Amino acid sequence: MMRRFLVLYAALAYLFLYAPLAVLAVFSFNSSKLSVWQGFTFHWYAAVFHNSALAEGAINSFLIATVATIFATTFGTLAAYALWKKRVPWLMQSFYLSLLTPEIVTGVSLLVLFQWIFRFLHLHLGMPTVILAHISFSLAYVVIVILARLRAFDTALEEAALDLGADEWEVFKLITIPIIMPGILAAALLCFTVSFDDYVITSLVAGVNSETLPMIIYGLARKGVSPDINALSMLITCGLGTLILLAGRLEHKTK
Amino acid sequence: MIRRLWQIFLAPSSAVMILLFFIPLLIVLFYSLLSRGPYGGVMLPFSLESYGRVFDFLYLEIAWRSFWIAAIATLLCLVLGFPLALYIARYSQRKTLLLNLVMLPFWTSFLIRIYAWMFLLRDTGLINTVLLGAHLIDAPLPLLFNTPAVILGLVYGYLPFTVLPLYATIEKLDPALIDAAADLGANPLVVIWKIIIPLSKPGIIAGTLLVFIPCLGAYLAPDLMGGGKTVMIGNLVQNQFTASRDWPFGAAVSLLLMLAVVAITAAISRKAQDLI
Repeated sequence: MMRRFLVLYAALAYLFLYAPLAVLAVFSFNSSKLSVWQGFTFHWYAAVFHNSALAEGAINSFLIATVATIFATTFGTLAAYALWKKRVPWLMQSFYLSLLTPEIVTGVSLLVLFQWIFRFLHLHLGMPTVILAHISFSLAYVVIVILARLRAFDTALEEAALDLGADEWEVFKLITIPIIMPGILAAALLCFTVSFDDYVITSLVAGVNSETLPMIIYGLARKGVSPDINALSMLITCGLGTLILLAGRLEHKTK
Repeated sequence: MIRRLWQIFLAPSSAVMILLFFIPLLIVLFYSLLSRGPYGGVMLPFSLESYGRVFDFLYLEIAWRSFWIAAIATLLCLVLGFPLALYIARYSQRKTLLLNLVMLPFWTSFLIRIYAWMFLLRDTGLINTVLLGAHLIDAPLPLLFNTPAVILGLVYGYLPFTVLPLYATIEKLDPALIDAAADLGANPLVVIWKIIIPLSKPGIIAGTLLVFIPCLGAYLAPDLMGGGKTVMIGNLVQNQFTASRDWPFGAAVSLLLMLAVVAITAAISRKAQDLI
């Protein structure tokens, strides 16, 4: 009885979680612009690929996420390793604090910083400010994911290498990094998704020539629903979904 | 040598956190104590006026609304997430798969998930189109651009954050306790109410924290699904830095929001520690 109820409930819960995305997926192939099914078409997908504004947004998003991921993952891996060896409470607390901070507050505080710096230097908001912002808010994610992996790491391996004459740096480079590499890649993939997806912080620190895909989607979503956005949404959802599944698999490997 | 290696390892992240997290917050604090500039921005003299304005009825109302919307969304997430967590933890064979399926939508774009709901709920959206087509209604139902829609968006966005911690605590429960209660004649609902829920308190507390905090500072859900009519603190802050150009006031509200978030987290995690 209980079991039956819970099975039914779980089915409904998954329906709730996936139905909106599934409906969007179906209607991205609808030949009508209205919410009435008319016929199957790839037209909107073709339209996405022929839209130069979207292409520019995609390139911007991709560039920002890639550069931010490279920096955040490198910095985060080094910091996680050091924090695993040695307690640095202020830094650890500041990572938690940064995860806790509402996005809008992170966004305006970075905006205020950049505007303040620009009083002295004649620069403008643009790709570099967006990248700096993304490194800042994604760093904590990287550190926490990698620290979790390191805690499952057998320190005997490091001790053995030290006994055999390796120095600290060699141990880090030749033993620890290769072993936690899947965890680092998982953190990098998560970082990429978080960065690629961000709207709130990005929109505050982006300039006129650094519009990202989420900013374009937001602008169009405010105006109304359009089928090419349905198609674009599906492409992004599938792309990010694949990355996350990949990250999950990698994370599983390290355990 | 070893100590130096660690210091080198910590340097880039420390620099990022100081330069791009703490200093910006300090500038926000500084700006919140200044006066509003004529074209946006800030100017002297120092003033506490921005903090005084927070107590205007209009802004207290926004703060109050944010709190209760976040509270309702959190409660709904707990209530809706609990049976799912219970099912995955106690009755399913493929726990990892089911948990991953709960988390997967969370990692895909929040903006797109909100957009998907807008596609369903708007006047010319799928639900209204179907209902109108079936002649069940004569005019489109106002499903979007109201407070329930905002709450729906938040619940949809943060439901995974209650399922995960609830699952973790229910999974660790000693099944003997549940069997004992059942053997002694408790029906399944009594078992849930008297045994499972009280013992899941750590999960309930963690879930509350993980949902309430982001909901309190929510920006996208009220903006898009509320259509600008359901203003929450996040929207107020954004507005001060864009359309209203009142940076000192926006800065003051940001800091108070941050303070509230930290205070609530500290209070709830202390409560959690008492339990353990």
